[in-house]
Amino acid sequence: MKFIDEYRDPAAAGRWLAAIRGLVTRPWTLMEVCGGQTHAILKYGIDELLPREVTLLHGPGCPVCVTPLEKIDRAVELASRSDVIFCSFGDMLRVPGTDRDLLSVKASGGDVRIVYSPLDAVRIATENPDKQVVFFAVGFETTAPGNAMAVYQAKRAGLGNFSVLVSHVLVPPALEAILGSPSCRVQGFLAAGHVCAVMGYSEYIPIAARYKVPIVVTGFEPIDLLHGVFLCLKQLEEGRAEVENQYARVVSELGNRPAQALVREVFGVVTRAWRGIGEIPGSGLGLNEAFAGFDAERRFDLSAVGPRPEPAECIAGQVLQGLRKPHECQAFGTRCTPEHPLGATMVSSEGACAAYYQHRRVVGGQEGSR
Amino acid sequence: MSQANDLSPACPTPIARYPQVLLAHGGGGRLMHQLLERVFLSAFSNPWLDTGHDAAVIDAGGARIAFTTDSYVVHPLFFPGGSIGTLAVNGTVNDLAMAGARPLGLSAGFIVEEGLPIETLERVVASMQGAAREAGVSVVTGDTKVVDRGKGDGVFINTAGIGLVEHPCRIAPASVRPGDAVILSGDVGRHGMAIMAVREGLQFESAIESDCAPLTAPALDLVSSGVDVHCLRDITRGGLASALNEIAGGARVGMTVDERQVPVREDVRGACEILGFDPMYVANEGRFVAFVPTAEAARAVEVLRGHPVSEDARVIGRVTSEPAGLVFLRTVLGATRVLDMLSGEQLPRIC
Amino acid sequence: MCLAVPGKILSMSGDDPWTRTAKVSFGGVVIDVNLAYLPDVKVDDYVIVHAGFALSQIDEAEALRIFEDLSGLTAELGEDGEPAV
Repeated sequence: MKFIDEYRDPAAAGRWLAAIRGLVTRPWTLMEVCGGQTHAILKYGIDELLPREVTLLHGPGCPVCVTPLEKIDRAVELASRSDVIFCSFGDMLRVPGTDRDLLSVKASGGDVRIVYSPLDAVRIATENPDKQVVFFAVGFETTAPGNAMAVYQAKRAGLGNFSVLVSHVLVPPALEAILGSPSCRVQGFLAAGHVCAVMGYSEYIPIAARYKVPIVVTGFEPIDLLHGVFLCLKQLEEGRAEVENQYARVVSELGNRPAQALVREVFGVVTRAWRGIGEIPGSGLGLNEAFAGFDAERRFDLSAVGPRPEPAECIAGQVLQGLRKPHECQAFGTRCTPEHPLGATMVSSEGACAAYYQHRRVVGGQEGSR
Repeated sequence: MSQANDLSPACPTPIARYPQVLLAHGGGGRLMHQLLERVFLSAFSNPWLDTGHDAAVIDAGGARIAFTTDSYVVHPLFFPGGSIGTLAVNGTVNDLAMAGARPLGLSAGFIVEEGLPIETLERVVASMQGAAREAGVSVVTGDTKVVDRGKGDGVFINTAGIGLVEHPCRIAPASVRPGDAVILSGDVGRHGMAIMAVREGLQFESAIESDCAPLTAPALDLVSSGVDVHCLRDITRGGLASALNEIAGGARVGMTVDERQVPVREDVRGACEILGFDPMYVANEGRFVAFVPTAEAARAVEVLRGHPVSEDARVIGRVTSEPAGLVFLRTVLGATRVLDMLSGEQLPRIC
Repeated sequence: MCLAVPGKILSMSGDDPWTRTAKVSFGGVVIDVNLAYLPDVKVDDYVIVHAGFALSQIDEAEALRIFEDLSGLTAELGEDGEPAV
């Protein structure tokens, strides 16, 4: 497949690894922001292939992992209503709420449907005029244009039975929160390539300057990741702290203007809570007043579902910030496993805890549970 | 097996134990295995069941009879390359084939939902008879029930099969030995993506067809070729990764598999890329893995390649003595990672 | 974020800019993709698709540059160390 296979070429990967090995003179700690990048790193074993001096921390770029508990509980509440068809990306189905997840609601008879595109949810609303259709609009900036279009088209069509439960988050404020923490160990970032395809990368320039960290916009294939790591390490070795674009075949500095325009029309920047981390000012998106009629949290009375405490044992927040490793959690692998997760980082296929769960059975030499 | 989940006082009710059956319990992954062990295997335990293989082989007056059953609940009922009917025949024929058994006869039980058009039922049954003819077996007995509208997905089919074991091999996970070669019969992922594509409304330049097919011919050829076949396992739900994990767990051995040796067709890869699926976990209905001593691997591959359904057979890995129960994958880049069993079923993702 | 895949535009349809759609092929699998955010793409262009939306057109010249950089680099460093694969 063009533009995929060549970026998985083992020979090219070997040469980038050799270049990285020839470059590093001391230990460096990098963070890849995006969950999709984490997934690729673990799938191809890139962290294992990198020289020992290079540590990769897995960042909070997993919208599944950072959707607040309260939002999941509200999704569960809505999906449980007999007059609602609840549509969601597949990623969210197994995320544990306080009592249950969306998959359990489906098992109990709730009409929960997985959609590939937000427009599928709009179509379902058109086809089911006697039901309320609620779409779980989660994601980072990559998904915002699609979600915005769904709301925009629903309004244009005058669809009275469509609404969205919004839990959108933005990357740059999360980076600043991580960098602002006194225990931050991250020396360089691989920024999320597809987020930047939409937003461009100009927002990262002041961050790189203020905190003096290199930020390399990176893609998702093995060659992209190795190339991005190389560029980031090169900056660190040379004492530079700039924003660089590794993923230039997809990302431009200004990003996708029409997409940004529609996102601005439909959504506004709000303060959002990040599961396990807490509120980060200006870190989320909420519907603008002109589209407020499509806000599921206004259309339905969800006041009974308020903020809930996380399981006390779950340290997902610290894991997401790269402050603790999953195997340092007391519940890891015992009370918290992919089959019975306590926190979202154990659910998502790219969540750090789920990834470590597989790896620790190699490192610790423990037997698999069968 | 999974540990019991203690609830420390600090946790609010975590999801420790699902009180209800979920769809994921049927997905071929770890949740399904937990359900099997906790509910069924513990209650029914006996020497044949505990062998943990697709078919039970029962000694009966000098003959060895293989006996197996399977139920089919697929939706949509018809898909490129097959139907619930062809699955119902081939699935059970293949479980017999994995014991190295020649199929003698099938039973077919139908649970039909009120309101199903008779014409649809006729099409399903016609496809079953076609598959049975191709597999060289007859449906010799059956049953029909009708349930209220809304209580069934059109039609559910259960088939059971008996077969005759006429070779000397003791085929079972317990026969697998460290050093054995792991042989895969062909490309993976076609069936699951054919179904998923219909469900998700993907269209095609050329359709992804299910690989649903009978495996009797290559399996019987292999067990009567003189190769010491230790184990056979057809790949169904949960994909290649689940089949390997089941054998590794059942046999208490380890395995290392080379990702570069696992063939995946381009269109299956494309569909997997779009939905975020890993082909190693996608369902198949006409593929199997074989475990034979290393010294006989080349001969085994040669025998399998003589059949159209396994013409792309090749060695994909080796059995190791430890870590017991774990399957390792050598990635295309040369790193090694654990190829775990999935907890539930793969879901389309955007992340 | 996330899962976005490169595909080739086979055909385009629709006059309304918000609902303009393309048939995009991914290794032979074709799906309908919303083109509202890429008003200037043409048939045979490659685009990155996320959740049914085309978000960016692939710049083929830039795509090659990584491999040109790699050749230049390994020439400079002189094939340091053994490749991992």
